[in-house]
Amino acid sequence: MRLATAGRISIGLLLAAVIAAPFLALAQDKPRQGGELIFVVPSEPPSYDAHEEETFGLIHPTAPHYSTLLKVDPFDKTGTKPVGDLAESWVISKDGMTYTFKLRRGVKFHDGSEMTSKDVKASYDKIIFPPAGVKSLRKDAYGVIEAVEAPDPYTVRFRLKRPESSLLLNLASPWNWIYKADILAKDMHWYEKNIMGTGPFKFVEHVKGSHWVGKKNPDYWDKGKPYLDSYRAIFVSSSPAQVASVRAERAHIQFRSFSPAERDSLVQALGSKITVQESPWDCLNFVSMHHEKKPFDDKRVGRALSLALDRYEGSKALSKITLVKDVAGIQVPGTPYATPPAELEKLAGYGHDINANRAEAKRLLREAGVPDGFSFTFKNRGIPHPYEPLGIWLIDQWRQIGLNVKQETIEASAYHPMLKRGDFEVAMDFQCGFIVEPDLDLPRFLSASDANYGKHKDKVIDELFNKQARATDAEERKRYLRAFEKRLLDEEVHVIYTLQWHRIVPHSSKVRGWTITPSHYLNDQLDTVWLAE
Amino acid sequence: MWKYVVKRFLLMFPTLLGVAVLIFVLMRIVPGDIVELRLAGDSGAVSESLLKSERARFGLDQPLWKQFATWMWGVVRFDFGTSMWTGASIGEEIKLRFALSLQLAIMATAIGVALAIPLGVASALKQDSWIDYVARIVSIAGIATPSFWLGIMMILVLLVVFHWLPPMVYTPFWVNPWQNMLQLIWPALAVGYRLSAVVTRMTRSAMLEVLREDYIRTARAKGLVETLILKRHAIKNAMLPVLTVACIEFAFLMGGLVVTEQVFNLNGLGLLFVQAVAHRDYTLTQALVLLVASVFIIVNFFMDLMYGWLDPRIRYR
Repeated sequence: MRLATAGRISIGLLLAAVIAAPFLALAQDKPRQGGELIFVVPSEPPSYDAHEEETFGLIHPTAPHYSTLLKVDPFDKTGTKPVGDLAESWVISKDGMTYTFKLRRGVKFHDGSEMTSKDVKASYDKIIFPPAGVKSLRKDAYGVIEAVEAPDPYTVRFRLKRPESSLLLNLASPWNWIYKADILAKDMHWYEKNIMGTGPFKFVEHVKGSHWVGKKNPDYWDKGKPYLDSYRAIFVSSSPAQVASVRAERAHIQFRSFSPAERDSLVQALGSKITVQESPWDCLNFVSMHHEKKPFDDKRVGRALSLALDRYEGSKALSKITLVKDVAGIQVPGTPYATPPAELEKLAGYGHDINANRAEAKRLLREAGVPDGFSFTFKNRGIPHPYEPLGIWLIDQWRQIGLNVKQETIEASAYHPMLKRGDFEVAMDFQCGFIVEPDLDLPRFLSASDANYGKHKDKVIDELFNKQARATDAEERKRYLRAFEKRLLDEEVHVIYTLQWHRIVPHSSKVRGWTITPSHYLNDQLDTVWLAE
Repeated sequence: MWKYVVKRFLLMFPTLLGVAVLIFVLMRIVPGDIVELRLAGDSGAVSESLLKSERARFGLDQPLWKQFATWMWGVVRFDFGTSMWTGASIGEEIKLRFALSLQLAIMATAIGVALAIPLGVASALKQDSWIDYVARIVSIAGIATPSFWLGIMMILVLLVVFHWLPPMVYTPFWVNPWQNMLQLIWPALAVGYRLSAVVTRMTRSAMLEVLREDYIRTARAKGLVETLILKRHAIKNAMLPVLTVACIEFAFLMGGLVVTEQVFNLNGLGLLFVQAVAHRDYTLTQALVLLVASVFIIVNFFMDLMYGWLDPRIRYR
C-alpha cells in the first residue's frame, strides 16, 4: 500500500516535472536548424485535397506542404488567435461587409512560380462556390460570402452578404490550403492525387499504408524557417504500436492524443526524455434524446437526465482512464467565449450539490409520469475512448435516479447512419471542431440542421444563434451565447453535454517549438518546430 | 493427367464467381457506408445533398445488379477499379502490400516447416520417450498460443529489455536485406512457431500411422536399413497430409495476419483488408477477397499436382 502510494507520488512528481520542462526549455533555447522529425499518424489520408476531406489523417502529414491565407497563431494555446500566413495585413470595412487582405510578395509555389491573389481567389472559389462535380465539405461555413475578388496581384477582397463576427477566424481554417490557380483551371480534381503548395516543406514521397516524407523548402517565404531538414510521418493504426514507437524513440511524437494510461507509461519509461503537453480538446460527446419519442419529448425528462450527472466527480474519475476532463459549457474552457465557472454552475446538472440535483431529477421524472425503474436503451458508438467509459458512467449516473438503462453498442461505421435514421431513444452524439468558434461549433443545434438528430424544433435557439453570429461586439456576443447555452442545456435541455475531451500529447523532449492547442487539426505546418540536440 | 489439370483449372472460375457473389452481397448487407464514413468524419455533420452526390459518384445509387455487372465486367478485364477510400487503383494498393505479405508468408512457412518436420518425425520415431514429450509440449503450446500474443511478448521484451523496436517502415529485401530481416524476422518467428506446432502434430500422427503400415514392416523384414526405410518409404508417404496443412496455412498467411500485422506495424494485405472493411471500401474489399480466394484455389491446385508426385498410386481422372 505504502509502495503503491509512493509510486503514485513519484509518477505525479515526474509528470509535473515533465509538463513544466518545455516551458523552461522554451525560455532557454534558440531554434536549431537541421534534423528529421518523425511522427506517427493513426490514420491515413483518403485523398490529398483538404477542401474535400475531414480527417486529421490528411492534415498531419500534408499540412506542411501548404499555406493558408490566415492561420491560427502556432504559439496560442487557445487556438483562437488568427495571424497572417499568406496575408501580410488586412482591413475590415466599417460596416463589416468587406474584408481586404494584402498578400506577401515573393511567395513561391514549390514549382517556382509566384503565388498571387489569383491563386487565393481560385482556391476560395473552389471552397465556397464549387462547380458541379467538385466536392467542398465546408462550403456552408462560408455562406455569408458573396464574392471573392482579386483587384490586383497582391490584394484579395471578400465581399459579404451581411456582417459575420467569426469570418476572420474561419478564414484561418487549417483546411483552406491555397492551390495554384492555373492547375485548378485545367483540372479541379488535380489536388486529389497531387501535392503542390507554398508551404515550408516540399513533397518527397507517400508510400500508402507506410509513410509520408517531406523535405525543407529552401524558398519558403519566412526566411530562416523551417528549421527541420525534413519530416517523416509513419502511419501506425494500432495504439500500442504508436506508444511503443515513441517509447523506443523511433518516433518523436504523435500529434493527435494519447490516453492518460499511455501518457503515464511513457513518462514512467522515459522520464526526462519525454515532455507532456495537455489541453482541453475541442471535441465533445453529448447525449441526444429523440424529441419525437416518448417520454423524451418532455423537457422535464431531459432535465432529469442532466441533473443526474455528477460531472465534477465524473471528471476526477474519468480523466484518469480516458480522454475527458473539464466540466464545460458550449465552448472549450480557456477560450474567449467559454462559460465562466460561476455561470456554469447555474445550469441544470452543473451545480455541486449532487444530492439536491438528483432529488430534483426524481421529482421531475415523477411529474412527467416516468415510473421508478423505467427502462430505455442508450445507443453508444463502438469506440473505446472515450465513448465506452463515458457510456458506462452515464448508465451508472442514471441508475441513481431510478432509471434502468440498457446500453447497445453500435459499430463505429454504422453509427452515423443510425443517428440519421433517428433509430434511437437516447444516443451518444459527437462533435469535433477545427477551431474553437461558436459559429463553427453550434450550427448542429439549429432546428433545420442535418445534424440535429434529436429533431428538436426551437425558434428561440435559432434566433439566438443568428444574433450571436451577427454581433460585432464581443460582450454582446457573449450575452447571446450565454442565453443560447441556457436555452440548450438548461431550459429546454435539447441535448446533454458530458465532459470536454482532453488532449494529451507526450513527445520526445527533443521536439521544440510546437505548442498544443484545443484542436488536433491546428498547428501542423511544422515551420516553427525544431529538434534539440 | 492433362485432362485432369485442365478440368481443375476450369473449376477455379465458378468457384471464384461464387466468392464474388458472396462478398458482393455480404458487403452490402453490413450496415454503414463509405460515403458517410468518409464525409462525416469527427464532426459527424454533413449535408444530405453532399452524401447523395457522392453516392452517385461511386455508382452506389445504381441498382445492385447493375453495380455487380459493372464490377464483374471490370474483373474479367483484370480492371478492379479504384479504391473508394483513396481513389488509387486497386492494383496499386495491392501491389504495395503484396511483396511484404508474400515474403512474410514464405519466411513463416519455411521456419514452421523447418522446425516441424524434424520435430514431428523424431517425436513419432521416439514415441513416448522424453523427446516425444518435449515435442508434444512445444507443439501444444504453439497451438494454444495466438501468434499475435507471441508477437506482443516479443515486442515487449525487445522494448523493455533491449530498448529497441524493429524498424517501422518496410524495406524490400533487394534494397537492404539487413533492414528487411530486422523488421520481418520477428513476425516470421511468431507466426512460424504457431504454424510449426500445427505441422508438427500432423507430421507426428502421419508418421505414426505410416510406420505401422504393412509395407514398412515388409521393408524391415527384408532387412532394409532404418534410414532408408524412413527416407524412401515412411517420410515421403507421411508428407501428404503434412503438405496439405502447410499449404493451407501458407494461403491463410497471405491475408490472414491481421492482428500480427498491426502489432508489428506491417504494411501487409491483412491490415489493408481490415482497413478496407472498416472503411466499407467495397471495391477494395471485393478485390482482396478475390485475391485471397485465388491464392487458396491456386495453392489447392498446386497441392493436387504434388499429391501425384508424392504418391504415384494417385491417378488423375
